[in-house]
Amino acid sequence: MASVDIIDAAKSFGAVRVIKGVNIPIGDGEFVILVGPSGCGKSTLLRMIAGLEEISEGQIRIGSRVVNDVPPKERDIAMVFQNYALYPHMTVADNMAFSLKLKQAPKSEITAKVDRAAQILGLGPLLQRYPRQLSGGQRQRVAMGRAIVRDPQVFLFDEPLSNLDAKLRVQMRTEIKELHQRLKTTTIYVTHDQIEAMTMADRIVVMHDGIVEQMGVPLDLYDRPANLFVAGFIGSPAMNMIKGSIRNSSFETEKGNHLPLGNAPAASEGRRAIYGVRPEHIHLAGDGIPAEVVVVEPTGAETQVIVKAGGDELTCVFRERITAKPGETIRIAPELKVVHLFDADDGRRLSA
Amino acid sequence: MTSVAESLGKTSVQPGPIARLFDWKPFLIVICLLPAVGLLTVFLTYPLGLGVWLSFTDTKIGRDGFFVGLENFASLARDPIFWLSVFNTIVYTALATVLKFGLGLWLALLLNEYMPFKALIRAIVLVPWIVPTVLSAMAFWWIYDPQFSIISYFFKDVVPIREQNFDFLGEPWPARLSLIAANVWRGIPFVAISLLAGLQTISPSLYEAAMLDGATGWQRFRYVTVPMLMPVLAVVLTFSVIFTFTDFQLVYAITRGGPNNATHLMATLAFQRGIPGGQLGEGAAIAVAMIPFLVAATLISYFGLARRKWQQGESND
Ligand SMILES: Nc1ncnc2c1ncn2[C@@H]1O[C@H](COP(=O)(O)OP(=O)(O)O)[C@@H](O)[C@H]1O
Ligand SMILES: [Mg+2]
Repeated sequence: MASVDIIDAAKSFGAVRVIKGVNIPIGDGEFVILVGPSGCGKSTLLRMIAGLEEISEGQIRIGSRVVNDVPPKERDIAMVFQNYALYPHMTVADNMAFSLKLKQAPKSEITAKVDRAAQILGLGPLLQRYPRQLSGGQRQRVAMGRAIVRDPQVFLFDEPLSNLDAKLRVQMRTEIKELHQRLKTTTIYVTHDQIEAMTMADRIVVMHDGIVEQMGVPLDLYDRPANLFVAGFIGSPAMNMIKGSIRNSSFETEKGNHLPLGNAPAASEGRRAIYGVRPEHIHLAGDGIPAEVVVVEPTGAETQVIVKAGGDELTCVFRERITAKPGETIRIAPELKVVHLFDADDGRRLSA
Repeated sequence: MTSVAESLGKTSVQPGPIARLFDWKPFLIVICLLPAVGLLTVFLTYPLGLGVWLSFTDTKIGRDGFFVGLENFASLARDPIFWLSVFNTIVYTALATVLKFGLGLWLALLLNEYMPFKALIRAIVLVPWIVPTVLSAMAFWWIYDPQFSIISYFFKDVVPIREQNFDFLGEPWPARLSLIAANVWRGIPFVAISLLAGLQTISPSLYEAAMLDGATGWQRFRYVTVPMLMPVLAVVLTFSVIFTFTDFQLVYAITRGGPNNATHLMATLAFQRGIPGGQLGEGAAIAVAMIPFLVAATLISYFGLARRKWQQGESND
C-alpha cells in the first residue's frame, strides 16, 4: 500500500494538451474515484499513473518515489482494464497466475495466492475455463482476481463496470467496495457514472477538460458544488439552473419572476447570477410559486414532475404521489437552506 | 400493397405444381448445387482424375497408353533421379519455409511497430509478391549469371575480396541454396503481410496488461504474441508449405533442374519427364507421388497448430 501524489501533472499528445496540470493527493488506503464526462482525460491520467503514458509535465509519486521514469512493471500497481484484457489463450487460473509465474514465484505460493483470490471472488469452479467461456461479470471478476493476486501498492480501475448490465453493475459496485474494505489497498477508480462515484468513493475528483473541477467527499460535492459544472454533473436528475440576478435579497429571473433566497451573499445586490436548486429540494407548498404541470413521471417511490414556473422549466422530485394532470397548476417552493447561487460569468459558487 | 397480399394469399391456398416443386427442399438443393458441382467437376476433378489415371498407364505424347498398374511407381522407386528430386523438394521446402517464416515474422513485427513511412514500406514489402514469377526468375537468372552476376561484380570490383566470379548455379549445393534464396525473396511478402494482419488483431491492452504484470519485451512476445498468432501462423504455414512444395516456375526458369538434375524438384521433374520427355504416364506418376507428402504436411501444420482449445466455442471442456 502506498499514497499516490499527482503534482502539476500534464499530458500532451502532440500539440493537444489533454491533461492541463492537475494536483491530486491520494492517501494511503484511500478509495478515490476520478469522474467526468467522456473525453475529459480520466483514462489518460490513470494510464500516466500506471506508466502506460509518459508524463509530459509535473510529477507522479507512488509512496515517496517519483515514478516519472520508472517503467510500468516496476511501479507495483495492478490495473483492471475496461475491456478486461484477459489473456484469451490462458485459463482463468493461468490468467491470475501469470504475474507470479513471471516473477518465478514457487509453485506452492502461486497456487495458494490464486486459490485465495478465487475464493474471495467466488471463481473457484471456473479456474480451468478459458475467458471466452465466461460471462461478462465473471470476466470482470477474473480481471480483479489478476489484480488481487499481485498484492500491489495501488489498484487502478478504468471504467470496470461499463460493459455490464445495470443489475450486475449494482452488484459489482458493492463487491468492489467490500473488496476494498477487506484489502485496504489504495485504489484509483475511473468512471463517467456519477452514481457509481457517489456510492463507492471515499473521495471524488471531478474532472472536466483536463482539469480538476472539485475534489471532496461525495456528500460534500452534492451539498456544496464548487461551480456550475460540478453542480450539473453530480446528482440525478440534474440540478435546475435559472439565469437571473440578485435583487432586494431575492432572485429575479431573466423573465422577471422572483424566487426566494435564504440569505443572499453579501454585497451582491444587482449581481448577475445563476440560481440552482436540485429537483429533490423542491416541495409542494400551499403558499408557493404557481407552476403549470408539463409531464408527470411516477417511479413508485417518488414522482418526477416537470413544471413551468414563470417561463422557466423546472424538474421536481416529490416523495408524495402527485395526482395533478398536465396543464393543471400546482404550488411549489424551493428549500431555502439548499439553494445554490453561482456567478453567471465564471460559474463559481457564490453562496456560502 | 393489396395485390401483394392477394397473390400471397392465392399461392398459400392453391400452389401450382411448379411452385410446389420449388418448395421441395431436395430439388432446391440439387438446383442450387448443380452449377458449383459442374464447375468443380469440369475444372478440378476431371484434370485431377485424368492425372491420377495417367499415372497408372504408359501413355506417351501422341500415343494412347495401356493400364500398367503400379509399374510407373515401381520404376520410380528404383530411379535415383526421382529420389534426388524428393530429397531436393524436402530440403527446398524445409529451408525456404524456415527462412520465410523467420524473416517474415521479423518484418511483420517491425511493421507493426511505429515507424515513419510505414505505408510506403508496407507497399515496398509487397513488391516481390506482385512481380510475375517469371520476371523475378529472369532477374535472379541474371543475378546468378556466371559472368554478369551483380553479386560477383560487387565482391570482385567494388570491394575486391574475391578473385573469381561466384559459380552460383554450376555446383549442386550453391545452386540449391541460390534457388532457395530466390524462393524466400519471393515468399516473404505473403508471410509478412499475413502475419502483420494477425498481429494487428491482438489487442494492445493485452500487451499493456502483460507489461503491468511484469513481462519483459521478450516475455510479452513469448507469452502473448506467439500464442495469439498461432492460429494465423498455422494457416499461413500450411499455404506456404503447399506453395513451396509444388513450386515450379522459379526452378524451371532459373536452372531447369540442372546442374545434372541436382536441383530438380518433384514438380519440375514431373514436367520434364512428362512434356519435353514425352513420358506422360511417368510424369503423372511423379506428380501423384507428391500428393501424400502434401496431405501429410497440410494435416500436420493445420491440425497441429490451427485449432486451439481457447478458441473453441462455449463448451466447458
Ligand atoms: N493516444 C492518443 N493520442 C491522441 N489523443 C489521445 C490519445 N489518447 C487519448 N487522446 C485524447 O485525449 C482525450 C482524453 O482521452 P481519455 O483520457 O481517454 O478520456 P476519458 O477516459 O476521460 O473518456 C480525448 O480527447 C482523446 O481523444
Ligand atoms: Mg476512458
